[in-house]
Amino acid sequence: MPAKTYVQTRINGEEVDFLCEPRQSLLESLRDILQLTGTKEGCNDGNCGACTVVMDGRIVDSCLVLGVEAEGRDITTIEGVATPAGLHPIQQAFLENAALQCGICTPGFIVASKDLLEKEPNPSEHRIREWLAGNLCRCTGYDKIVRAVMDAAGRMSA
Amino acid sequence: MTATYEPNMVLETGKYRVIGTRPVRHDGADKVTGRAKYGADFSTVGLLHGAALRSPHAHARIKSIDTSRAEALPGVEAVVTAGDFAKDGPEGLVDLGETTGNIAFMRGNVLASDKALYKGHVVAGVAATSPHIAGEAVGLIDVEYEVLPPVLDAQEAMADGASILHEGLRTEEFGETGDKPSNVASHFQHVLGELEKGLAEADVVVEKEFTTETVHQGYIEPHPCTALWNEDGRLHVWTSTQGAFTVRSSMAQILDMPESKIKVTPMEIGGGFGGKINVYLEPVAALLSRKSGHPVKMVMSRADVFEGTGPTPGSYMKMKMGATNDGKITAAHAYLAFEAGAFPGSPVGAGARCVFAAYDIPNLLIDGYDVVVNKPKTAAYRAPGSTNASFATETVVDELADKLGVDPIEFRLNNAAKEGTRMASGLLYPRIGLVEVLEAMRDHPHYETPVEGPNRGRGVAVGFWFNAGMASSCDIAVNPDGTINLIEGSTDIGGTRASIAMQAAEVLGIDAEDVHPTVVDTDSIGYTGVTGGSRTTFATGWAAHEAAQDVKRQLVSRAAAIWDVDEDSIEFAEGEVRSKADPELSMSFKDLASRLADTGGPVVGSASVDPKGVGGSFAGNIVDVEIDPETGKVEVLRFTAFQDAGKAIHPSYVEGQIQGGSVQGIGWGLNEEYFYGDDGRMNNSTFLDYRMPTSLDLPMIDTVIVEVPNPGHPFGVRGVGEASIVPPPAALANAINQAVGARLTHLPMNPVAVTEAIQEVNGS
Repeated sequence: MPAKTYVQTRINGEEVDFLCEPRQSLLESLRDILQLTGTKEGCNDGNCGACTVVMDGRIVDSCLVLGVEAEGRDITTIEGVATPAGLHPIQQAFLENAALQCGICTPGFIVASKDLLEKEPNPSEHRIREWLAGNLCRCTGYDKIVRAVMDAAGRMSA
Repeated sequence: MTATYEPNMVLETGKYRVIGTRPVRHDGADKVTGRAKYGADFSTVGLLHGAALRSPHAHARIKSIDTSRAEALPGVEAVVTAGDFAKDGPEGLVDLGETTGNIAFMRGNVLASDKALYKGHVVAGVAATSPHIAGEAVGLIDVEYEVLPPVLDAQEAMADGASILHEGLRTEEFGETGDKPSNVASHFQHVLGELEKGLAEADVVVEKEFTTETVHQGYIEPHPCTALWNEDGRLHVWTSTQGAFTVRSSMAQILDMPESKIKVTPMEIGGGFGGKINVYLEPVAALLSRKSGHPVKMVMSRADVFEGTGPTPGSYMKMKMGATNDGKITAAHAYLAFEAGAFPGSPVGAGARCVFAAYDIPNLLIDGYDVVVNKPKTAAYRAPGSTNASFATETVVDELADKLGVDPIEFRLNNAAKEGTRMASGLLYPRIGLVEVLEAMRDHPHYETPVEGPNRGRGVAVGFWFNAGMASSCDIAVNPDGTINLIEGSTDIGGTRASIAMQAAEVLGIDAEDVHPTVVDTDSIGYTGVTGGSRTTFATGWAAHEAAQDVKRQLVSRAAAIWDVDEDSIEFAEGEVRSKADPELSMSFKDLASRLADTGGPVVGSASVDPKGVGGSFAGNIVDVEIDPETGKVEVLRFTAFQDAGKAIHPSYVEGQIQGGSVQGIGWGLNEEYFYGDDGRMNNSTFLDYRMPTSLDLPMIDTVIVEVPNPGHPFGVRGVGEASIVPPPAALANAINQAVGARLTHLPMNPVAVTEAIQEVNGS
């Protein structure tokens, strides 16, 4: 039996294929095989959200998905959030609201927030707090992150 | 003072052009796009992956280690143990910034030799061609342990007949060394006046005991590092650290090699809060690299982080304070026993100097004990020691005010330390801003709003941190387009590229966006101390200020040469060089910058500073809570945090420090703790079970930045990173007391503790 499995998937709008070991997670596959290191590891057991990516329209902790499970899926990572036209309104709102300090949790928060605003363009503060409860930040106390998401919602609906 | 409420207020006291504004941080685009490179993102040619074998026992003698099965596994390139350290390595102390480290203990903490002293203590390291093979190999190392009974808290460790961690450890007490093995590394005192006389003068005396559990800094990035022991004998380390130069000096001592043979490249750092100053896996990776001839990368798991790094100590404290009927505190005694973890060096010294820092108390006695226990060696955590100590002080102060029938803020104002007050250390305070913080609290709309509804209460508390100075260096190169490149050695943990760049921009009359700051390795800048002690914006900002002054002097000289006039006739002001005599002669910074190449060559400014004018910072909280009487859960309804920043360079990031520190304090107060089994094993080493606050647990954290300028800094900066974590546990305890009439004296005040306290009050 071969040691590695051939995986064909779609990442940030591009067709991608790679070889991974059955025991490698999607997080490892993104970071170590595809060099997409913007997705971060904080706990490797699904409790911190630093590795959040969108898979087939749902946010998932990529540490809890196997690399081989990416077969035939459509995945968006932090590297796919900005466009050639510039930063996404959420990224801009994070910068202007100083919603990051060390920045290690930021990719996960941005991917999760973008998914929220695409599904619910005008969430309440409580709804934002609920949606982001799976993403841990130790630096900010969340205040400026929540404000950034509210600000981004305003920008995107304007 | 504050007529209308805004969620974030700045009580501003100095007007500048750039300072006090809120530009987008310079590293922002990299950090919102995933491009920023953190320690774990590093890779290089020929990279091997390391893994560490950690002791499963909290206290055990290591009788033998057999690595042969691991070495035989295909893909394994090297295995190391403590035996790979140089024999008879150096002893003594190494400067870690806010603390010092004992070299033998540091080496012993990196790799256990004769004894494993906590569950998670590293016993061996493996380098292999993949992380999975390294992980498998770790399981093939055979270690024979003789399991010993663990000691798990300060009181147990201090008791007669306690299991001894270090046979060679003797108690240092008032300059004398004890004559028998002990877990008490040191006992010291601070004395002012006469305690008994002061207690006799008091009309009301409150006495209580307090305990707090071990908590972790909880940064989201696990420790990562890569080491390459090159063929030329130079060691290169890439790591996420608060201080690249501190890593260099620690590595030099632990590995017994000259500092000049070590280069440390600081990667972006994913949080630290004091916990990323010490080295852990860096020396292991270095030994593995030397043995294998390859660069070796090691990244901790989350469980490794909990069980092998940090934490901040659990503590046992006794507090006695007395006050007169007219509201003056006459005497105070604090007994502080802090867990150091497996090696001496808890922050009890700092805790002792902070415990009564907010008050002018004529008679006081502070006893501090540094106690080793079978837990990870404690590391700095945001105002280390002050939070534990202030939980006790601020609870007792609140009860004194209560018994005297005085408003708790007025009582604190009536006893507040100010410029000239004698500190416990015997020194006098320079200009401090506690009175201004308390006045801002008293006058805030939050304090004027009544607390309504059942099971609700409001609490207040204050806290202090000294802040630090220490050496910093900065270079500035002027670009032809009138921008500058700013080179610094301070790792940017929360926006300091911006706060340092803004100080240089202010001096040169350019915009924050005209500065390109870069954090560089230890070969590329002068010595710079840790990003810790709330010192970076203060000290490295000062270095940037001085380097910009150096640039100004050179630009004046260059303009004099261009105009062929005397240098003394020219000044640099408002972003331009101009003749004091001839209004026709003036050039903007940008114009002059464009002419440097053909008028004598580039201009580079440089400065190193070691500032002594450190300004301590006071913080205060007003917090409203609601207790669920069924479950004991405490909900934070409203939280306002106040802090004296001296001068807020970038107010958004000052607010961020205050909000983040406050929430860490809320977590410490209400929920966070290490759960240990009787065998000394941590039972909750995941983020699911060591539950830090999530966004859903919190309200907005309102802030008030108070500005009482520090006379010891050109822009009045004090440093804002730490004091904010200090008041929350006590403020929450005081709020809980108001809500349900129960004084909680143990942290965390989780639902079980609150429920028990309510039942005790109700007599059920």
